[in-house]
Amino acid sequence: MELDGLEKTGVTVRQAGPDDVVGGVRPGVVALPESVEEISAVLRACAGAGLAVVPVGGGTKLHWGHPPERCDVLLDLCCLNEVVEHAAGDLVVKTQAGVTMDALADALAEQGQELALDVPFAEGATVGGTLAAATAGPRAFRYGTARDLLIGITVVLPDGTVARSGGRVVKNVAGYDLGKLFTGSYGTLGVIAEATFRLHPLPADRRYVVTELVRQQVQEVAAMLAASQAEPSAVELDWPGGDAPITLVVLVEGSAAGQRAEALRGAMGAGTVTDEAPAWWGLIADDELLIELRFPPARTSEVLAAVRDTGLSLRGSPVAGRVWLQPTAEPPADFAGLVSGLRERLTPVGGRVTVLAAPYEGVDRWGPVSALPLMRRVKERFDPERRMSPGRFIGGI
Amino acid sequence: MVDKPLDELTAALRALLPADSVITDPVRLRTYECDGLTYHRATPGVVVLPETAEQIAGVVRACNDFGVPFVARGSGTGLSGGALPRQDGVLIVTSKMRRVLEIDLPNRRAVVEPGVTNLAITEAVRDQGYYYAPDPSSQQVCSIGGNVAENSGGAHCLKYGFTVNHIEACEIVTPDGDLVTLDRMDPGYDLLGAFIGSEGTLGIATKITVRLSRTPEAVTTVLAAFESIEQGGQAVSAIVGVGIVPAAIEMMDALAIEAAEAAVACSYPEGAGAVLIVELDGPEREVVRQFARLQQICSGAFELRTADDPAERAAIWKGRKSAFAAVGRISPAYIVQDGVVPRTSLPKVLAAIDRLSEEYGIRVANVFHAGDGNLHPLVLFDDAESGAGERAETVSGAILDLCIEHGGSITGEHGVGVDKAKYMPRMFSADDLDTMQLVRCAFDPKGLSNPGKVFPTPRLCGEVPGVRKGVHPLVASGQAEQF
Repeated sequence: MELDGLEKTGVTVRQAGPDDVVGGVRPGVVALPESVEEISAVLRACAGAGLAVVPVGGGTKLHWGHPPERCDVLLDLCCLNEVVEHAAGDLVVKTQAGVTMDALADALAEQGQELALDVPFAEGATVGGTLAAATAGPRAFRYGTARDLLIGITVVLPDGTVARSGGRVVKNVAGYDLGKLFTGSYGTLGVIAEATFRLHPLPADRRYVVTELVRQQVQEVAAMLAASQAEPSAVELDWPGGDAPITLVVLVEGSAAGQRAEALRGAMGAGTVTDEAPAWWGLIADDELLIELRFPPARTSEVLAAVRDTGLSLRGSPVAGRVWLQPTAEPPADFAGLVSGLRERLTPVGGRVTVLAAPYEGVDRWGPVSALPLMRRVKERFDPERRMSPGRFIGGI
Repeated sequence: MVDKPLDELTAALRALLPADSVITDPVRLRTYECDGLTYHRATPGVVVLPETAEQIAGVVRACNDFGVPFVARGSGTGLSGGALPRQDGVLIVTSKMRRVLEIDLPNRRAVVEPGVTNLAITEAVRDQGYYYAPDPSSQQVCSIGGNVAENSGGAHCLKYGFTVNHIEACEIVTPDGDLVTLDRMDPGYDLLGAFIGSEGTLGIATKITVRLSRTPEAVTTVLAAFESIEQGGQAVSAIVGVGIVPAAIEMMDALAIEAAEAAVACSYPEGAGAVLIVELDGPEREVVRQFARLQQICSGAFELRTADDPAERAAIWKGRKSAFAAVGRISPAYIVQDGVVPRTSLPKVLAAIDRLSEEYGIRVANVFHAGDGNLHPLVLFDDAESGAGERAETVSGAILDLCIEHGGSITGEHGVGVDKAKYMPRMFSADDLDTMQLVRCAFDPKGLSNPGKVFPTPRLCGEVPGVRKGVHPLVASGQAEQF
């Protein structure tokens, strides 16, 4: 029956298979729109039939968040895979949501430019999914996160309405910024169809300074690097946890990167300068279970102390105040207790503990948020019938 | 005329605030009748000068009780009428909330009250080697609360971004009167991002956590004088083309230079058709290399000046920073426009502005942030001459049409306010505007927070979200639209 209503839209639809499962919930059908208009047609049809929709790009983060309460239609954006316009002279690109971040990077590199947004997956992640989950990587320290680089967006609301905000110029304060609202909204407000980003020239050169530290040294070194006028683009930690040493890597980009990296190595008192990123740089290895900590950078010591005996490994930035935690071996026995324990220790120092992915029920994935009532009101306005990724996001939104 | 709700509300406000914080004296009320855009004026019904977030929340709750609209105002330097008061409403002025509450250099942030001036933040941390990056040209007086409302930019946002990129958290009073904290670190929807730049229509910021930036190791400012705007424009393209992102790229045309010369004797090179100001900053080694490239790129300039210290730098910036006020020296009246075009469209758009200028017999001085295509044409006219004001209006509006036609924006940093609401439908579809107003309805279903700004058509939010049953009488009679 679902298939019938959707087929009338003329959009390609197929029955869902076991590979289409969203957090354990198997959708009825998969719709494969090829244009913004087709997304709109599918959503109109779904609105008419009261069907719940979960949008998907590369599917790399489909198991993040809560499982949806229901999922009738998986809206696969893989066919919206065109870079619409790369205006190199304006340092701007407009792209469809289904373009993969690596394909976009390749296209931009041809003109010596890049979107300075690191993706934590080696391949497959799309523009739309990267925005919807608001993942951030090492260079967020220098360039900001997805919302800081996004300058225009096209979204399709649950009733099929196509709306745009922002535009294709970087400097623009006309109207509300829907791009900010949809970035990190986990598919719960509508479908991200197109995005326009500001770009940066590819750096002339890159150097990495690699060193090993004991836990107690990290904060001081990180603070020195963050305040350095050599302007590193990123500082990352990689730590198996426990009593193992911590690897700290600094990225320096731009002209004279070699000299600046040497200067930083000198200031750190140890380390090796290389032009190769470590294999783990900015990547999530295994995200069956993944926790994100955010914290004021000067609280790095408390964060490391809190993580030390959890059996979790840590990767991320002590200068941006954002790290990921993953189990090193067996998943923890009392996961809910582990999460609440981390919250108890880190909330007093201004930290946030978010469970991005976990195959468990009964875990408070997001923790308390002052603005949750306002968030609910936003959801009610955009998706009054709760048909977009219902239950996936904070507070069961 | 007796306005009963307002009178009753005023009595309630007196119970909430100290006596000298509630202003009803008509003479004093008139000092608040406009912001920096002086041709929109309205005397506020009542003005309050709260000293705490709780007082603002109390005022807003009282406004809710009596169904009276309210408008927030910082220093009143806005250029789009965003703080234009309502005769039937309350003007909430944050000028008494000027405390820097906390400076936290290890976390590179400061917590301030909304009435603190933009420059005061930098002054509080400059000696420690930090600064607050967004630098609107009114930074000596404009308030950070106003900057948050307008998502203010400045000359250096080419490299460093706008207010929204430098705010970590805001405590706000929602249009219902609740105190809520929006924090970048919190999970959930990015309501902070949506709030910043909403021009006071989603509530009032009462405490603001700003990010502080490290002072760059080196700054080099270059002034290049070209015979024509075209040559200057080519230099800008070449700078971007070789992969340099300067902190700022500013351009002025001959008429703007003439005005600046008359006003502040900035001694820009004589006979220049255009001057380009390029500021490079960052690690010293990087700046040195970029400067060498810049010199090659500007080889077509007939004069090149370089500043490496603050005094020399101030001399170069003097003419540019005074440009708006300076045109008063060469014209009895003028309109400051703010529009954006893709940088590569600048030559075409400037040529089209020239044609408009000739066609209407109205002089236009061009001052712009060339790096990001943000134009500030100064449309000059003589207000004593009959019809000149209207012609200037026409030219000013036509410039915005040019911006839209070339894929740009009707405002890069001054905001929409009351002034440009009518242009919004030229840039956005009805669906775009309706969708934006869903956010408005979520925050402010009663439409009390700075109504009449940003959006050209007020829309009803509907009482209960959900499937609609029947049609609202105002919709049926064609007086309003519902969505």
